[in-house]
Amino acid sequence: MKAAAKPLVYLVLLTGAALFVLPFAWMVLTALKPVDQALGQPHAWLPLRFEAPLGGRRVEVRTGDRVVEPSVVALQAFSARPVVLPARTVWDGAWHPATGAPLPIKVLREIPASPAAPWREILSVSGGESDVVPESAIDSHVSFRWENFPRAVASMRHFWRYLANTLIVCVLNVIGTVLSSAVVAYGFARIEWRGRDRLFALLLATMMIPFPVVMVPLYGLYRHLGMVGTLQPLWVGSFFSSAFSVFLLRQFFRTIPQELTEAARIDGCGEFRIFWQVVLPLCKPALVVVGLFTFLGAWNDFLGPLIYLTDEHDFTLALGLEAMKTSQSGASEWPYLMAASTLVILPVITLFFLAQKSFIEGIALTGTKA
Amino acid sequence: MKTGEARRTALGLAFTSPWIVGFAAFTLFPVCASVYYSFCDYDVLSRPVWVGLLNYQDMVTDRVFWQSVSNTLVFNLMALPIGLVSALALALLLNEPVRLRGVFRAVYYLPSLVPAVAGAMVWLWILNSRLGLLNQALEALGVSSPPQWLTDPAWTKPSLALVSLWGCGNTVVIYLAALQGVPRSLLEAAMIDGASPWKRLVHVTLPAISPVIYFNLLIGIIGGLQVFSAAFVMMGGAGPERSVLFYAIYIYQNAFEYRHMGYASAMAWMLCLLIMALTWVASRLARGFVHYPSE
Repeated sequence: MKAAAKPLVYLVLLTGAALFVLPFAWMVLTALKPVDQALGQPHAWLPLRFEAPLGGRRVEVRTGDRVVEPSVVALQAFSARPVVLPARTVWDGAWHPATGAPLPIKVLREIPASPAAPWREILSVSGGESDVVPESAIDSHVSFRWENFPRAVASMRHFWRYLANTLIVCVLNVIGTVLSSAVVAYGFARIEWRGRDRLFALLLATMMIPFPVVMVPLYGLYRHLGMVGTLQPLWVGSFFSSAFSVFLLRQFFRTIPQELTEAARIDGCGEFRIFWQVVLPLCKPALVVVGLFTFLGAWNDFLGPLIYLTDEHDFTLALGLEAMKTSQSGASEWPYLMAASTLVILPVITLFFLAQKSFIEGIALTGTKA
Repeated sequence: MKTGEARRTALGLAFTSPWIVGFAAFTLFPVCASVYYSFCDYDVLSRPVWVGLLNYQDMVTDRVFWQSVSNTLVFNLMALPIGLVSALALALLLNEPVRLRGVFRAVYYLPSLVPAVAGAMVWLWILNSRLGLLNQALEALGVSSPPQWLTDPAWTKPSLALVSLWGCGNTVVIYLAALQGVPRSLLEAAMIDGASPWKRLVHVTLPAISPVIYFNLLIGIIGGLQVFSAAFVMMGGAGPERSVLFYAIYIYQNAFEYRHMGYASAMAWMLCLLIMALTWVASRLARGFVHYPSE
């Protein structure tokens, strides 16, 4: 029974995993392609580099139309650009298109193409020059365009400022939330006092308030304080603790044996010293979890920066990426957008792999201890 | 004794004072102000002017408002059940003794960490109607005219549901933790009694984790009614024919684009009521199937 179901379990898990990874893979592969290949149909999975012999050298080229019947390269009157014309419509120094009057041309070269041995019109990448070479002379190999990343950074204009802004907001949020929430959680977890439980119930209740309810008055408040258009509204609040972090830390603080703190109390330790020197060092894992979630929350936040940041120079990465998308005309520059997205996602993924255990435990904690 | 208690109360208040101050400034004041603004004409630049119930009356006749309500409900009716069931199914599979479980768990969890804006970019590209990976794959499979995921109003909500499904890893991990807490003795007893795997799932595992299913449902409702970022970034606001103008987006537009802050506040309170109503319905539904372990 079990043995028969096993391959099915793996099949479903593997298929699912492939589908979950695919968007990441497609993002990175697109980020490493030249623009024309990203927009090409059908998509090649890997970024390629085409090279062809031109003028005695091998140069990188873009491939264009396929020529599958005998043709000529001709120079049209009144035009400096050579064109490829079907040989059957060219005679007597003139081109006879199926419709319209014949046009005078000067034949430069004949191309003996057939469907079996096609030629290809290619564009040299550097000069924009058009030329025709046998398809067999073009070789392609996989080549990742890492240069797309610096280009994406340049096309986002203030990328480094956005990164600095985002880091400032993240770091201040982490410091503020971890410190203040730990102090508050200690007050709720380790000191018995009147009204404590009622106040804690109130704290839990505040988690239920939808953000839109407080959004407008908060904006008014920060505006009144002259903070709109600066990064301050994005981190000031964190120094007054967050309900969720207080809740998580309180659960953790309560697991520390009373005897430990009692002993310190008998030794004449003040409450703050007990908190700082006895309890806090024992709670590092929980503090790490709170710090990680806070960092991610600040890194990923979009609505906050959207509301409070007004000047392009003050944007965070999330907002900068959105602005980059809006400024792209149409959908021509997908590789750069994907490269920029990769840069925004990469730190998050790195952080996850560095602290995988804390993440999983933290998430599990939110669900099961509730 | 009395002084000891007074001292402890003072200490407790001192330790919790950051939260108390923050609560007053960033929760209590805004909540009260929001109630007041909801009865006012207010644009932040000038003082609020009392208009009574006008904002609430406007809501009744505002067709765009009702469209945003229906958009939000329809989207959640799609995304929420699919998300909860898929996450549970994945967690059940991951709870089996499979190899590379840690790798699988990481793969399923990672997308839920991706910043909404970056995720939106990736999906914009995949769902692009002409050049996107999805439609090229569908065309390769012989679908002659695949859906216009981002421009056809009939497909925009399913597209966003797909994006939200990609981020279900968070829920998977919560389920997984709950599954690991299912008493082994119960499962073994059921096995000895000859219960099939399906019977064990329905009669042992699901009841045992029912509080967590309920928790995920509540979180899903509360978060789902406030969906904002993915739709806002991918569809540039409301989407074709306002098909993804969600409730939170319409509040945002009223507050910060039209500067109808009073109307936005009134809408926020209706959202609050809607959330309360739906969580109440969920709690009534839960009464039948949520089993709390007796301590």
